[in-house]
Amino acid sequence: MQRIGVFVCHCGSNIAATVDVSKVAEMALMEPGVVHAEDYQYMCSEAGQAKIAEAIHEKNLTGIVVCSCSPRMHETTFRNAAERAGLNPYMVEIANIREHCSWIHKDVEEATKKAVILMRAAVAKVNLNTPLKPGESRVTKRALVIGGGIAGIQTALDIADAGYEVDIVEKTPSIGGRMSQLDKTFPTLDCSACILTPKMVEASAHEKINIYTYSEVENVSGFVGDFTVDIRKKARHVDMDKCTGCGVCQEKCPSKKAPSEFNRGLNTRSAIYTPFAQAIPNVPVIDCDNCLKFKTGKCGICAKVCQAGAIDYEQQDEIVTEKYGAIVVATGFDTIKLDKYDEYAYSQSPDVITSLELERVMNAAGPTHGHLERLSDGKAPKEIVFVQCVGSRCADDRGKPYCSKICCMYTAKHAMLIRDKYPDVNVTVFYIDVRTPGKNFDEFYRRAVEQYGVDYIKGQVGKVIPQPDGKLLVQASDLLDNKQILKEADMVVLATAIEPNPDVRKIATMLTASIDTNNFLTEAHAKLRPVESPTAGIFLSGVCQGPKDIPETVAQAGAAAVKAIGLLAKDKLLTNPCTAQADELLCNGCSTCKNVCPYGAITYEEKEVNDHGIREVRRVANVNNALCQGCGACTVACPSGAMDLQGFSNRQIIAEVDAICR
Amino acid sequence: MSIENKEFKPKIVAFCCNWCSYAGADLAGSSRLSYPADVKIIRVPCSCRVNPMFILRAFEKGADGVIMCGCHPGDCHYSTGNYYARRRMTLLFSMLDYIGVENGRTRVEWVSAAEGVKFSDTMNGFVEKIVSLGENVRLGDLRCRK
Amino acid sequence: MGSGKEKKQAEKIKEISGVNPLKCMKCGKCSATCPSFDEMDIKPHQFVSYVINEDIESLVKSQSLWKCLSCFACVERCPRDVKPGKLIDAARQIVIREKGMDYLKADEIPELLDPELPQQLLVSAFRRYRR
Repeated sequence: MQRIGVFVCHCGSNIAATVDVSKVAEMALMEPGVVHAEDYQYMCSEAGQAKIAEAIHEKNLTGIVVCSCSPRMHETTFRNAAERAGLNPYMVEIANIREHCSWIHKDVEEATKKAVILMRAAVAKVNLNTPLKPGESRVTKRALVIGGGIAGIQTALDIADAGYEVDIVEKTPSIGGRMSQLDKTFPTLDCSACILTPKMVEASAHEKINIYTYSEVENVSGFVGDFTVDIRKKARHVDMDKCTGCGVCQEKCPSKKAPSEFNRGLNTRSAIYTPFAQAIPNVPVIDCDNCLKFKTGKCGICAKVCQAGAIDYEQQDEIVTEKYGAIVVATGFDTIKLDKYDEYAYSQSPDVITSLELERVMNAAGPTHGHLERLSDGKAPKEIVFVQCVGSRCADDRGKPYCSKICCMYTAKHAMLIRDKYPDVNVTVFYIDVRTPGKNFDEFYRRAVEQYGVDYIKGQVGKVIPQPDGKLLVQASDLLDNKQILKEADMVVLATAIEPNPDVRKIATMLTASIDTNNFLTEAHAKLRPVESPTAGIFLSGVCQGPKDIPETVAQAGAAAVKAIGLLAKDKLLTNPCTAQADELLCNGCSTCKNVCPYGAITYEEKEVNDHGIREVRRVANVNNALCQGCGACTVACPSGAMDLQGFSNRQIIAEVDAICR
Repeated sequence: MSIENKEFKPKIVAFCCNWCSYAGADLAGSSRLSYPADVKIIRVPCSCRVNPMFILRAFEKGADGVIMCGCHPGDCHYSTGNYYARRRMTLLFSMLDYIGVENGRTRVEWVSAAEGVKFSDTMNGFVEKIVSLGENVRLGDLRCRK
Repeated sequence: MGSGKEKKQAEKIKEISGVNPLKCMKCGKCSATCPSFDEMDIKPHQFVSYVINEDIESLVKSQSLWKCLSCFACVERCPRDVKPGKLIDAARQIVIREKGMDYLKADEIPELLDPELPQQLLVSAFRRYRR
């Protein structure tokens, strides 16, 4: 029989306001095995933990139930407290009477009743708990960063500077990401390339960093400290070692009609290409869909002009398999597609562009060489209208429910830059709210209005109507004047919502990292563990976790690196002891469990067993505790009931069911 | 009937996987999204840990409804657990229906860690359904009756 | 907040339209998109706050009720699923129901026929209450 102590937390008034905590403690004493029960204001505080330790010593407790917040919050706290007091940490169970009770119920009587039942279930479980001992697993001292934008680069640099090997896997032919497409950055108007390219060079030159560009993560297996990852290096058809980056092949390539991804399709590129001049590595790739050699078999000009003999049409995709201790996801974002927003005439007029396209237009290396001009006729615009919240803050399925966060600031930046460079151009911004939380952000926005004379109108654009003369008629509301405005513009710029890179869902599935309905990766705790995924060993960097600007991304990238370093610095990790275990006397050797195990943790062996005095050799299941992650699939699959999960055994769960239905 | 139903407080057992739906329930809690106190949650590592035996046991002991929540298909923390769970529950629920425990009393729902609203909506809907079905008389162990 | 009667009417408008006006984020896209904007005394985006504030008396008296073309551009483009056009439509029904005891019979149509009334209103009202 266990000697159980029940500790009921008030959590200030969080629990005590709705649950009669002393009643719960009182009722606990009537439960089998309970020899001690008390309630206290903050059980997780030092004094609260001391009370637990004291009771363990004084009453010789063998099991603990803490009625408090979610076990996802403080289970570890209380387990550690119990361990310090000499009790096996796995003899502690939590009854969640905050998130699952006091916070969602209003009626005190009802909530107290429920809290008592949850306490009973936990007591019933602890009665069947057995001490468990975690095993150890090794840590591969190497990190993988998925995504080579500013988030990935910064994380990789920080991890590498701490002395650990890092691999970056980047899908496109060059690292740099979205930031390399930007012209200037807010709120200081730094040239984006000027601050990014040194980081790109640093990453590529760093002896601890290895960059796989034009590569994708194909498969992930293993677990924290010991992931095995297959990386597909897509065929570049250019030998990375031989290529000197002279660029002659790109000049001579006769197929120049492919839309340039880097310039958002505003101009074209050759079939053999580097995305931009400062690309790292400065080695082109052949886009087989547009290459004449691959399409027709005739051409081969690039191979002829290449002095280094680097062109290799026969090159195949290559799979590299590597082991990693930690994985950082930094997959970034894209802008949403605007095909559901016909009212803005984006598909009807080349003069309606997204803000990211405007970045390319304003950039000296862009399709217009940095001249602000209409893409339809090359004329200089006189009237530019900016539309905010295009697809952001939408409750319908056309857009995204969240605020994209960066648009208010980059629109102020665009407006300011245009007014600065072209003072005769009128700039009007239609906004719903101007959101500028951030250091020097509101000052920046006010400068756009006060110093640069940008016309901010509170209201939304309802419709953009292309006119026969090429102008754009903008129909909008002015809510402060309660007017409807009709305005002729030469260009309309849409502050398009951002969304996580569409590939992230596939990657999250491979990593078994949880993801929300907007495809943002979920953090382990919204406030306290913002750069970790709930899946151990997976860290989040940049916009894959939520909308962010560059300074925030860099800060989070550093934070993710620190968390990864903290993991890599360990030599051994304690493994979860809640693993499956087979009762060899019950096992009938059927292999069903082996087939459902996602980790290959179950093997069968011929083993001599002593079945009530009968000694014989039988084929029985054996669980490798280092590999088992404790999901329990095998326990249910087992037809003979031989397989059980420690910490969540059949008897324990049934005891909980019984307690709840009592 | 209607008066009885108002006073009828069903017993409902919810099995929630640790990684998604238990976290979703926590989020419902921290967002103060209420659902009836009749729902009591049991934490399991994964929906595939839910043995059909547990559900039968719950009905035997007088539960009026059992709901199992897991990660969305494809998002299971253990890669494939919820697929096993889905198949097992499909079979179990049709068998239960056959022996008189109506399909409305059993449910599988996918709730992610970010779906506090879905969790509370699901529980509200489920409790409403159970209340409309009334007390579960099939399978109940007569000795459990009060 | 409005009187007891207005409170009931506001509830009715929400019920008929199936719209939760509290979802409005006051972006003004409805008013930006409305072809009858200039004719209206209460503008489409204001309609939403009138319902929230339960000022139904002003709503049912307003010209806007009969100036709305039911073109549903606002319904189509509202990013928040608030759909002012549906609110206006529901307000019209409140007026008509009060006049016609909730029902519109076919033989009453001729006397209701007012050349100023939008055709679509009659069609939609007739469709809803033909039984």
